[in-house]
Parts: sequence; structure tokens; C-alpha cells
Amino acid sequence: MGITTIAFILLSLMAIGSAVMMISSKSPVHSVLWLIVVFFAISGHYILLNAQFLAIVNIIVYAGAIMVLFLFVVMLMNLNAETEPIKNYRLRLIGILSGGSLLLVLIAAMMKIDVAQPVLMSTGDSGLIKVLGHALFTNYVLPFEISSVLFLSAMIGAVIIGKKE
Amino acid sequence: MDIKAYIILSLTLFTIGVIGVLVRRNAIIIFMCVELMLNAVNLLLVAFSKMHAMSPAAKALPTFASDAQIFVFFIMVVAAAEVSVGLAIIVMMYRNIHSVDINFLNRLKN
Repeated sequence: MGITTIAFILLSLMAIGSAVMMISSKSPVHSVLWLIVVFFAISGHYILLNAQFLAIVNIIVYAGAIMVLFLFVVMLMNLNAETEPIKNYRLRLIGILSGGSLLLVLIAAMMKIDVAQPVLMSTGDSGLIKVLGHALFTNYVLPFEISSVLFLSAMIGAVIIGKKE
Repeated sequence: MDIKAYIILSLTLFTIGVIGVLVRRNAIIIFMCVELMLNAVNLLLVAFSKMHAMSPAAKALPTFASDAQIFVFFIMVVAAAEVSVGLAIIVMMYRNIHSVDINFLNRLKN
């Protein structure tokens, strides 16, 4: 078993365990912190796949900006105490059962496929910043500019929604 | 590494997100579970792009393998915009009903 396989297994266990902790922890602040751990594990997977640009963007945008925004909203609402009284175990059981059967169906469908091609690990230059930057500013320059308009409209929308009457 | 390992990992993360949306009642945690599902799909897209990087079609087209990663980049861009508007809606909801519990959002029921 190579070092890549060991790293894959460790990162996968870290991602899944942190995700389970995220949906099961009582305090919203702890949930946000566990989700940051999940994002770091996913960034580790990107590094393992030699997608360096996406690993950095994932850390900066998700673990940095978005999760700080979540943490800010949680702190602003003073939700760090336990706000969700534990009740309705039946509903919880039904949710877990239906999610588990969804996983079962998807994995059973996946087992039918027959792909012999392996995933290229830690080689290949398709994920380097140079290649992606070149593609982004030649072939994809119009979507890139349109996404700035999207950000402007999201910003205006957030200000208008959050404004007092 | 086999692609099936990545598919199973992504499916597991996605299902944990689905279970979180179904089980939790806090609007912020539900929103975080949606982010988790988005990230699971992103991971799978990157794994598929690395799987097809050596295929014959990738030899013919130079940007074949990096197109999927640019796709993931735009998913992240849209997710960032979506989070800002969604959190503004949650703050507005907290200001109106003084709670983020989605059980109180039942005015359309009657």
C-alpha cells in the first residue's frame, strides 16, 4: 500500500468523521468548526489529485471567507448556546433511514458501472495555476466577467434584504 | 486509485448532507449541509477530470482536463454569491420571528 493510498484513506476518514460530527453536534459554533475541518480534508484530496489551484481556492474561499461569514452570523444571533431542544426521535430516525437508503441505492447503482481507467494521482499538469489561469483568461474570459456581475448583484441583493425597513 | 473509491467517498459526504437537511431544524445548519453537498459534488468532478486526463480525447484537445476544474471554480463562485444572499435571508428571518428554527416557518400551511 503506497503513501498515496494511506493519505487517501486518512483524508477520507477525516472528512466523513468531521461531517458526521457537524450534523450531530448541538452547538452551531461547533458545527461551523467541524465543517471547516471537512473543507480542509477536501482540500487535501485536491492536493492529492494535483489540483493545486482548486485546493488553494477551496481553503481561501470556503474555509476562509464563507465559513467566517457563517461564524459571524452565528455569533451575531447569539446562538452559541444550545438552541435546538432534543425532541422527536421518530423524525430523526426517519431522516437517517431515508438518507441511508438513498446511499444504498446510489452505491448499488454505482456497482453496476465498469470503469477500468484509474484516477491519475499526483501527476498531470491540468490542475496547475498556470494552465488554469491561461484557460480562464482566454477561453473562459466571458463567463469570468459575467461572474463579477453576479457578485455585484448578490452584494446588492444582500444589502437590500438585510436593510431595515 | 480506483474511481469507485472517490464515488463512494462523495456519495457518503452527499448523503451526510442530505441527512443533515432532513434531521436538523436550525436554518443555519441546514444551509451548511447544502454547502457540504456542493463540496462533495466538486470533489467528484475533480476526480473525474483526473480520470479522463489520459483518455484519447484529452490528447486531441489541450484544455480537455482543465475544463472540469474551471467548471468547479465557477461552482465555487456561484456558491459564494449564494451564501451571501442566503445568510442575509436568514438574518432577516431571525429579525422577524426571533428564531432560526424552521418549524416556525409554517405560515403558508393554513
